[in-house]
Order: sequence, then structure tokens, then C-alpha cells
Amino acid sequence: MSEYTPQYVGTTTKYVVIDSPSITPADLAIRAYELSKGAMIKETCFGLMVTAEPEELDRIVSELRKMDPTHIFVKTRGFPPGDSRRCRANLGGARPGFFGLEAEFLRIPYIAHGLEQLEKTDAKTTESPEDPRKEKKLSMSALKKMMDAQER
Amino acid sequence: MVNVFIYPATSLILSDFVERWGHTPLSSATGIRERIQTAGLESPPIQMTPEEPKKGLRWAAVEVPSGVRGRMAIYGPMIESADAAIIVNDADLAFGCMGCARTNELIMFLLRRRKIPVLDLVYPKNEEEGEKFVAAIKNFLEGLNGGAA
Repeated sequence: MSEYTPQYVGTTTKYVVIDSPSITPADLAIRAYELSKGAMIKETCFGLMVTAEPEELDRIVSELRKMDPTHIFVKTRGFPPGDSRRCRANLGGARPGFFGLEAEFLRIPYIAHGLEQLEKTDAKTTESPEDPRKEKKLSMSALKKMMDAQER
Repeated sequence: MVNVFIYPATSLILSDFVERWGHTPLSSATGIRERIQTAGLESPPIQMTPEEPKKGLRWAAVEVPSGVRGRMAIYGPMIESADAAIIVNDADLAFGCMGCARTNELIMFLLRRRKIPVLDLVYPKNEEEGEKFVAAIKNFLEGLNGGAA
């Protein structure tokens, strides 16, 4: 085992993911460069990766969110951009972790719709989703339909 | 502002919502970041050292595979510091090897045993479910002490 010297100590990296009909990752990158005071910004196919000290990063991210609050999503990343242990340039294939992002990306249009509706209505008046842990029982009408189908 | 554990711990949507409505998300990235920014011995890819499975003994017994104990060294402290949790029950993206699967089960068990407020959901499959999903999370986070929303 050799000695390990970490890079970018004291910084945080965040993904800024965009799925907007009106803004592209390139627009987001230009705005991020305008706002940045020395932050490291990397444009990707799904948005941006921004690395900076936490306060600076929060400032940039909160300004970027304003561009399209219902279609921009942010999460923290463990590794800085281009890290050889995660970067697909070194590994080949998709970056580990991209598949998870891709799986959630399919749900983002529904989530964005929910956020848009939330701006028009009160969340408290919206019906609650069903509890997934609640045991689902077969209703009498469904049972009757099944029996009728079997008898025919 | 309270600490909210999210499951799946790598979720973009949950992490965003917790932050958006004024709380701190406890996700995998926090634990990984801590490790890769700490100087020590080279142990790629995520700087998990042989010490980690030993730390995991706090949450899993010695006969539990080291893969589970190692993972628990990341998630265990976060579960202990969580004041609330949001769990998406049909998260296919949390699928993994036996180590991941058993760790996921242990995470759920430990969260429920702590008796903290837990919101159970499934991912939306259409726009109507999307509305309910977002509203449920917002109501839950607003109900926690100190939320900014």
C-alpha cells in the first residue's frame, strides 16, 4: 500500500442535472461560468459537475436553480470530476453511478410535473400516495370478476 | 434543519428534495467524500481500508460478511445521526450483489428500529403519481422541525 494524498481537500462537488425543454447543459454551463469565482465546472450530457468550497458552491447552485426550478435537480457527488478511479476515460464504458442516475432520469418528467402542479396548488390538499407497505387485499368485486371469467 | 436519511442513498430526486425544502440529506456521497478527502494509505477505488469492516461490527455481527460490515461503516453513522428518513420501496437502482442486498435490508431494519419519522413511497409511474409523490415529500419535510419550506 502506498501513501494516499487527497486532491481538492475542503471542496464539495455537486451534480446539477437538467431535463428542461428550454435550457440545455451548455446554457447552464455559460451561466455557471458567469457566476463562478474560481469554481471548477465540467459540462456533461445531463448537466454540470461543479466543484468549489461549500459556501461558493451553494451560491452558484442556488443561482443556477433559478433558471428553471422545476427541471433542475442537484445532488452531492463523492468524487471530484475527472478522478481516475471513477472517470470513464480511464475505465471504459459508463461511469459507475451513471446507471443509477439514468434510472431516476426516466422519472424526472413526472417529478417535474409534480413540482409544476405544486406551484399552482397547495401540497396539503393533494391526495397522499398509497402506503407501499400496506398489505393489498383482493377486493370483492375483483374476486367476483375473476370467478365469472373462470366460469365462462 | 434536520438530517434526513434517504434510501436509495444515491438518489438524485430525494437528495434534491431534502435540500430544496431546507434540510440536510444523508447520502452515500457524504460518506465517500469523507474517505477520499482523508490522507492515509492508498486503497482504491473508494479508500475503504481494512479498518472499515471492523467499524461495521457496531451494526452487524462478526459472522456477517465483511462486504456488509464495510458498507455499514459508511451508512451506520449516518443512520445514527438521522432525525428522519425517506424510503423509496421499489428502488431497482439499489439492486446489487449480496453485500448490497443484505446491507439494504439492514439499513431499512435499523431505520425502522430507531422510531424516527419515516416516509414510505414508491417511484411515480405517471404524472398523477408524480404530483402525489412530490406533495407527500413536501408535506413530510415541512412537518419536520426547522424546515425552510
